[in-house]
Amino acid sequence: MAMLLTDEQNMLRDSARSFLQGSAPIDQLRRLRDDASSDGYDRSTWRSMVELGWAGVLIPEEHGGVAMGHVAAGVIAEEMGRTLTASPFLSTAVMGAVAIAKNGSTSQRDRWLPTIADGSINVAVAVDEYRSHSPTLVSTTVQSSGRGFRISGSKSFVADGHVADLILVSGRTSGDDKDENGISLFLVPRDSAGITIERQMMVDSRNSASVQLDDVMVDKDSLVGEVGLGYAALEQVLDAGRACLAAEMLGSAEECLAQTIDYLSTRRQFDRTIGSFQALQHRAAHLFAEIEIGKSAVMRALQALDAGSKERQLIVSVAKSKVGRVAQLAAQEAIQMHGGIGMTDEINIGFFLKRVRVAEALYGDANFHADKFARMRNY
Amino acid sequence: MNDLNTFRRETRAWLEAHCPSTMRLPLREADDSVWGGRQPTFKNDEQKVWFERMVEKRWTAPEWPVEYGGGGLSKAEGKILREEMKVISARPPLMSFGIWMLGPALLKYGTEAQKQTHLPPITRGEIRWAQGYSEPNSGSDLASLSTRCEQNGDHYLINGQKIWTSFGHKGDWIFVLVRTDFEAAKHDGISLVLVDMAQPGVTTRPIKLLSGASHFCETFFDDARCELDNVVGELNQGWTVAKYLLTHEREMIGGSAIGRAAMRPLSEFVTQQVGLNEQGVLSDPVLRTDVARNEIDALSFLWTTERVADEAKAGQGVGAMSAMLKYYGTELNKRRYELMMYSAGHDALTLDREDHLARDWLRTKGNSIEGGTSEVQLNIVAKRILGLPSV
Repeated sequence: MAMLLTDEQNMLRDSARSFLQGSAPIDQLRRLRDDASSDGYDRSTWRSMVELGWAGVLIPEEHGGVAMGHVAAGVIAEEMGRTLTASPFLSTAVMGAVAIAKNGSTSQRDRWLPTIADGSINVAVAVDEYRSHSPTLVSTTVQSSGRGFRISGSKSFVADGHVADLILVSGRTSGDDKDENGISLFLVPRDSAGITIERQMMVDSRNSASVQLDDVMVDKDSLVGEVGLGYAALEQVLDAGRACLAAEMLGSAEECLAQTIDYLSTRRQFDRTIGSFQALQHRAAHLFAEIEIGKSAVMRALQALDAGSKERQLIVSVAKSKVGRVAQLAAQEAIQMHGGIGMTDEINIGFFLKRVRVAEALYGDANFHADKFARMRNY
Repeated sequence: MNDLNTFRRETRAWLEAHCPSTMRLPLREADDSVWGGRQPTFKNDEQKVWFERMVEKRWTAPEWPVEYGGGGLSKAEGKILREEMKVISARPPLMSFGIWMLGPALLKYGTEAQKQTHLPPITRGEIRWAQGYSEPNSGSDLASLSTRCEQNGDHYLINGQKIWTSFGHKGDWIFVLVRTDFEAAKHDGISLVLVDMAQPGVTTRPIKLLSGASHFCETFFDDARCELDNVVGELNQGWTVAKYLLTHEREMIGGSAIGRAAMRPLSEFVTQQVGLNEQGVLSDPVLRTDVARNEIDALSFLWTTERVADEAKAGQGVGAMSAMLKYYGTELNKRRYELMMYSAGHDALTLDREDHLARDWLRTKGNSIEGGTSEVQLNIVAKRILGLPSV
């Protein structure tokens, strides 16, 4: 497959860019932060995104979506990375949608997909329990109980947890820590008895929460897939999220470089534009090269997900690992090349540093994915 | 599409029938490659047979026009041929600066007579070309070159010295950057001329490198003769041609670095050297991290070469992107060899290893110097892509 966007995807990128830069620029995130917004995102902006079809980007048409695929979802995520737009897009439209569209039963699909596509519910994915991403380390317990299941455990770093209506929870039905077998997935309504959700204030001013489950009862219909065999589905959901996060980080890295080039081209010291100094030119040119390399990994990963390639897990790990490091470099270099002003809250560069740090940790950082990559390559 | 499928089927069958089995093994020794020329050397019969069959099929330069000795294939067909050769690991039948560098420049800037005269012998491997660019005092600042070319009746006389002439001592002809206007600004007085090396005015002397090999030469011109019609492009406009040619050189160097990387994953080599522990992971955890990162970079780089090619084909390309690829590919290859040296331990340091790892490792240090240093590539990216100002 050619590594190019189709005409349709190019149009999507143009319209996403113009919408986000017009309606949801970084200043919006700054306002949400300064106003201590309780939602952590702007509901009317999200409503507009829903109207543009973004909530249904991975949902089949018969369930109210537009089914444009992962590359299209990545195009949107990349543009959101440029503007650092806060929204439930990743948790709901990407991961929630993939969880249910690809792995849900007919009744789950009929019930939930149209509500995701029309923006009436938010979904959060509650997977992590430990100090860093480890999807096989599941201590949350699940017991069969009469007409359903009883779930207890605590999840942390749940993106959009406190604004979710439905939470995808991984629980252990058998096996030990690190076993892939014995993990099951459940769709838990947030108003179930026994759920306590506490928002965590994050360095990037974006949404994250801890979710405590104390003997939460769910009925049989809430099980996604089969008992004990949820790990493959979970990985599919995570991979969609990882690839789109990589796309988002790519957008952030590109924006960091663009703002840095602008600054280098206008700031004067020693009676000359500082962009004429070779020391800075080489830093910028090296960063450009790293971003170009990362861009290819992102496109390859999104295309692999759309194609259902056998190597998609490997490729997604390459993308998340590579772009994670590239984005950290981009944000740090942007600050360095902006000099003192780069350290202030007044300009926006700092927002990128904070966001790409959180996005890096989310669903596996560069080290997690390098390790996973090496295992997949048998070393 | 159907035509392409047919072409692929026929190409596969032809290669299967005509590529000898030993020509499907990785290139190991220097003499595993065929370079042609007036006095061609072949290591064995199979190498000669493979070369001759591909010459006859006109697939040494598959995408060049038929009238100049090429195969006349479309870009899509050329890609299929490369893919099918890769599938069976077929060796390139002919290594040639004529095919990689001079040919594209002649096709774009050459006169009809120059194309007729010079291109067919290149495709048949009859003339081996060398490149006369760098001079002792003109390395990165190539445009400051001072080799003189002056008209002397019905021909030119060339005087000066070139350096880093790859395989200069084995070349038949050489394309040389010379100064033809001594008053003009430095970029405006340069011409690209074609010179027969079989004359007393041209002598070469191999340079011994730190790897012990001597692929590079100094080339001396003492009243060397060049016919008037052997100027490529317009007189004094050679810098334009030179830059175009350098683009192909950059692609060749960046591409060959990744060609090796794609052929065999680094982790395979390292696993063989270091071994796995009982958990099935590389026994050296620090090295494992470095190897994984290098492989992640290598795959991402490989996909970037594909993406850049796709963009170029779709007319969305950025010309200076070859500078980025040259920079990244060569630096990546140097890191790859450093990791190979770490993984092979003491054994890497001996000179009698069958895979001559130490020599190859030493050779890679030139990757980021030849064809424009990494710093020159970064300059090009900064100015031509990022639009940063000159001093």
